Amino acid sequence: MDYDKALELFEPTLGFEVHVELNTQTKMFSDAPNPAASGAEHGEPNTMITPVDLGLPGSLPVVNEEAIKYSISLGLALGCQIAPSSRFARKNYFYPDLAKNYQISQFDEPIAFEGSVDIELESGRTITIPIERAHMEEDAGKLTHVGGATGRIQGAEYSLVDYNRAGVPLVEIVTHMITGAEADAPEVGKAYVSAIRDIVRSLGISEARMERGNLRCDANISLSPRGSGKLGTRTETKNVNSMRSVERAVRYEIQRQAAILQKGGTITQETRHWHEDTGVTSAGRPKSDADDYRYFPEPDLLPVEPSLELIEELRAALPEPPAERRKRLKAAWGFTDLEFRDVNNAGLFSEIEATVEAGTTPAQARKWWTGEIARLANLQGADASSLISPADVAALVALMNDGVLNDSLARQVLEGVVAGEGSPADVVESRGLKLVSDDGPLIAAIDEALAAQPDVLAKIRDGKVQAAGAVIGAVMKAMKGQADAARVRELVLERASAE
Amino acid sequence: MTDTNPGAITSEVVSHLASLARIALTTDEIEKLTGELGAIVNSVAKVSEVATDDVPATSHPIPLSNVFRADVPGVTLTTEQALAGAPEHDGSRFAVSAILGEEQ
Repeated sequence: MDYDKALELFEPTLGFEVHVELNTQTKMFSDAPNPAASGAEHGEPNTMITPVDLGLPGSLPVVNEEAIKYSISLGLALGCQIAPSSRFARKNYFYPDLAKNYQISQFDEPIAFEGSVDIELESGRTITIPIERAHMEEDAGKLTHVGGATGRIQGAEYSLVDYNRAGVPLVEIVTHMITGAEADAPEVGKAYVSAIRDIVRSLGISEARMERGNLRCDANISLSPRGSGKLGTRTETKNVNSMRSVERAVRYEIQRQAAILQKGGTITQETRHWHEDTGVTSAGRPKSDADDYRYFPEPDLLPVEPSLELIEELRAALPEPPAERRKRLKAAWGFTDLEFRDVNNAGLFSEIEATVEAGTTPAQARKWWTGEIARLANLQGADASSLISPADVAALVALMNDGVLNDSLARQVLEGVVAGEGSPADVVESRGLKLVSDDGPLIAAIDEALAAQPDVLAKIRDGKVQAAGAVIGAVMKAMKGQADAARVRELVLERASAE
Repeated sequence: MTDTNPGAITSEVVSHLASLARIALTTDEIEKLTGELGAIVNSVAKVSEVATDDVPATSHPIPLSNVFRADVPGVTLTTEQALAGAPEHDGSRFAVSAILGEEQ
């Protein structure tokens, strides 16, 4: 159904579950290296595991103290209360992504609860997202389904399991129901995930790269007939893994459910899968009977009882809240309202701030991130931040400032960096994209161009300097763009008057 | 399935758990296990006769909390060690039979 029509008939209610992989050095309950740690690589399958991660007999989990501190910091940044005592629980299920037949999670005693996050929409509207809880748990391993339809679970003949990711510390942030988002619902989803990403990045507790699964979002959506006051049946769309996809998935689900309801149909409470390529969700398993997790307190682990001193110490160390940061950056960067909004909507604060810290002006950083990088990101359907690091953008700008690259060469270098060819300096070297800084070859090309266009030469000598454009164009072409146009112009005028 | 009385072990509960765990049970086995599991649950349930509202729930017999580990990487298993007990593998990953249903 048409989106506007759907909103006319129904009120959307949203809820989000965001999983954040913490970037501690080791896992949640074992001292295996954490593949989600800062700078870590995923490693060959089943090389980042200990007996604890395989749930081998006799192994005992022990809680990573750093992960507790990170979780408390995150809870505080979400405005939550920190539980004086919280416990781990076993969530029992039968699926081989964890070897133990259960996931260690938190159930009725999460470490943090009842907070809120303010998000700002493009229109300037601010919405407060109520947070129900943030609890700690462990990530699961990765299954590759072999045989049957490619990459799909149905029809798979067998599955291969890599437990490197099993046991990676996770915090799951669960919102209360979000009402009143109305037509902004898709944007609310995107802005909320963006706000969570900004918070965990500012805390430095996660790499927060959605394309790597460091940050994963499940979106719960239901519709109620306008004015009915009756909550509709919700669906849970799993693993929507870019901010853009969150926005698209919410919009799609609203339209899909509205079409069914309008025809008098009913919504099945179920898990749905988001398909990035086609932009639709499809039905997964129904929620009812597989959710029989038989939670019970984890007997291998003791309660976590953070001292008030620790909580206050972590509270005092919290970075500037993103909303306040926004105000500060707006003042510091001197962008126009429109420019600043573009940056905000694109979720590029951290990128631009880090790029400026690495040595560019705010204007240069903005130009690249909202310009060429955003364009490439759009083409690839990826988030801009996944394409290039702020340090590499700053290095690219520095190469321009040093006269090694002009604008068009810099774009080519950017493409090389995005294609994984290394740092800007590497790409300059391997693709041979340097500007010709030696005047010798330039003068040779200029003399040739002047000789080929004697009429232009005559005009320049008559003082019609603008005629030089034709010669400059010819020289730039001869140099395959690898010349500084301003220097070429200087030399053209010099050579023209010299002869 | 919703539990109105989570303590009650019925043959339906046993066969449901068996299907979740992918264990094939005969009707005789289900009946036998229903009785045995019921007896276990009932004996554990005796605790509730002495536990009153003013006794806080506990998950551990020793009054300890905050047992933590420093965030320092230790020794990992080699791939060979990790796979040593696996009935099937491809040399680096565990192989399991076809998964019906969905990822959790």
